[in-house]
Amino acid sequence: MSSTTLTAAPASAGTLPGLWWGGLLAALSWGGAGLLTGLLPDEIEVGRTQELGLGAALLGAALVLAALGAPWLGRAGQKLRAAGPWLTVLGLALAVWELLTAKLALLPLPFFASPQGLLEVYLEDWPRLGESVLRSLWLLASGYALGAAAGFVAGVALGWSRAIGYWVHPVLRLIGPLPATAWLPIAFFAFPSSGSASTFLVALAAWFPVTVLTWSGVAGVNKAYYDIARTLGASPRFLVLKVAIPAALPQVFVGLFMGLGASFSVLVVAEMLGVKAGLGWYLQWAQGWAAYGNMYAALLVMAVMCSTLVTLLFKGRDRVLAWQKGTVRW
Amino acid sequence: MVSPALRDSADAAGMAVEIRNASQQFQLEGRPLPVLDNVSFSARPGEFIALLGPSGCGKSTLLRLLAGLDQPTGGEVLGDGRAITAPDPSRVLVFQDPTLYPWRTVRANVALGLEARGLLRTRGHRIQEAIDLVGLTGFESAYPHQLSGGMAQRVALARALVNDPRLLLLDEPLGKLDSLTRLSMQAELVRLWQRSGLTALLVTHDVEEALILAQRVLVFSPRPARITAELVVDRPYPRHRDDPHLVALRREALGLLGLAD
Repeated sequence: MSSTTLTAAPASAGTLPGLWWGGLLAALSWGGAGLLTGLLPDEIEVGRTQELGLGAALLGAALVLAALGAPWLGRAGQKLRAAGPWLTVLGLALAVWELLTAKLALLPLPFFASPQGLLEVYLEDWPRLGESVLRSLWLLASGYALGAAAGFVAGVALGWSRAIGYWVHPVLRLIGPLPATAWLPIAFFAFPSSGSASTFLVALAAWFPVTVLTWSGVAGVNKAYYDIARTLGASPRFLVLKVAIPAALPQVFVGLFMGLGASFSVLVVAEMLGVKAGLGWYLQWAQGWAAYGNMYAALLVMAVMCSTLVTLLFKGRDRVLAWQKGTVRW
Repeated sequence: MVSPALRDSADAAGMAVEIRNASQQFQLEGRPLPVLDNVSFSARPGEFIALLGPSGCGKSTLLRLLAGLDQPTGGEVLGDGRAITAPDPSRVLVFQDPTLYPWRTVRANVALGLEARGLLRTRGHRIQEAIDLVGLTGFESAYPHQLSGGMAQRVALARALVNDPRLLLLDEPLGKLDSLTRLSMQAELVRLWQRSGLTALLVTHDVEEALILAQRVLVFSPRPARITAELVVDRPYPRHRDDPHLVALRREALGLLGLAD
């Protein structure tokens, strides 16, 4: 295969070129999980067992096709090949999970949901779950954008101006380390709506790390960069926009990353206690009804959402900071 | 004392430089630390002068005064007869470290001065000329971390030259290069200076480099810096290291620096 890369070569060494043995193994694991789900009788009362079994078996069949057709899949085939061991283990995990819950009922109900229970939630409660995701995303996006923008401006101002630093630094030192959730009672009392209060809290959580890291980034810029620009006729405006800020950007992205993590946790708490919407609220609601399947389903969605947002941030950073070498990969 | 150079300098390519009784001191842990002690000299437009002295003696401070980055605590620093109070693109400084902006490509680094002054549209063609001049054609879109030390220093030189400076202040610009790159860059510096006609002041602690490049060599004492001697190097370019005249001057300079054998 012409597109074989150097990194992939050792993985396929010792096997027939073209045929993907790892894929057959993964197909076996998923096919087995599908058969086990579909053919063994359920010990507990759940729906969607047949759908789950069929889905797993279909995935197994698709993996058989992929394994046989690997030479014609090109780059996608390469990626799939790298995921082979994970696919195998996931299929086995599904089978074990299925056995422990639905088939043998070894784990206590209702705290442990079965795989088909989760599937049932996604197939039947998706409108509510989807709305929760959208509301969470909106709250997170608006709060994080406000907080990150305010933090960036504050950080640049702190790093640049001695006078601003004099007044803002003590306030930052006192207020900043306070967890944003501690403001919860005041925020819900001081703001006209729980929505605006939550936006404020998410913004506050993102604001502090972005401010501190932007500030340290700007303050740590090599002084010779300014000398160079000044001898070449740069104005103070040019020094801030074209020297200080680009030089501080690697630090700014560390702040953005930390701020994103902080805003996730505030988001969930704010939704659990204040706003009656979003994934945090869904979790709370599901727990109230002892609907643990719904809870696991929401947790999984939340994990995917947070991970995707962090991935997006890192992709953005890699684009902006393409000039750096050896950046951390996510 | 007004040097004859100041008369006709206004429209010349090189800038006339005059330093009168310049002194400079810094505060170190509350005590004054004198770094320049009553230094006076002048440079004609288009002259190449080397400031030779031990490391850390205050020669770089002198260049910062001429660049307008610092003000002297005493005396006067004049460019074309006017006091130098602020940085200006007609006087550019090239440091020992190339200090390129790592987030900018070679082309964007060279464009810095034009961009800062809003001249990209009218003078943008000078960017490619400067890159070609220092021999980096083809590396325009490389980032600084992809360049060798010598190439990075060439970019720094191009970044200075793109502004058509009239005074080039070189602060040990070849100090960190390997010896082979250093030799070829010395030859290039001479060619650049001859072609452009600008005034060049080179700070160095390398006696040979000073004698190969400069028309006059001012020898400085250890800190606080004073001028202890002036050597006139009246030899045509390109010069050769084994020229007996230069060898004699080298011995003399080392003697002045207290290093004669």
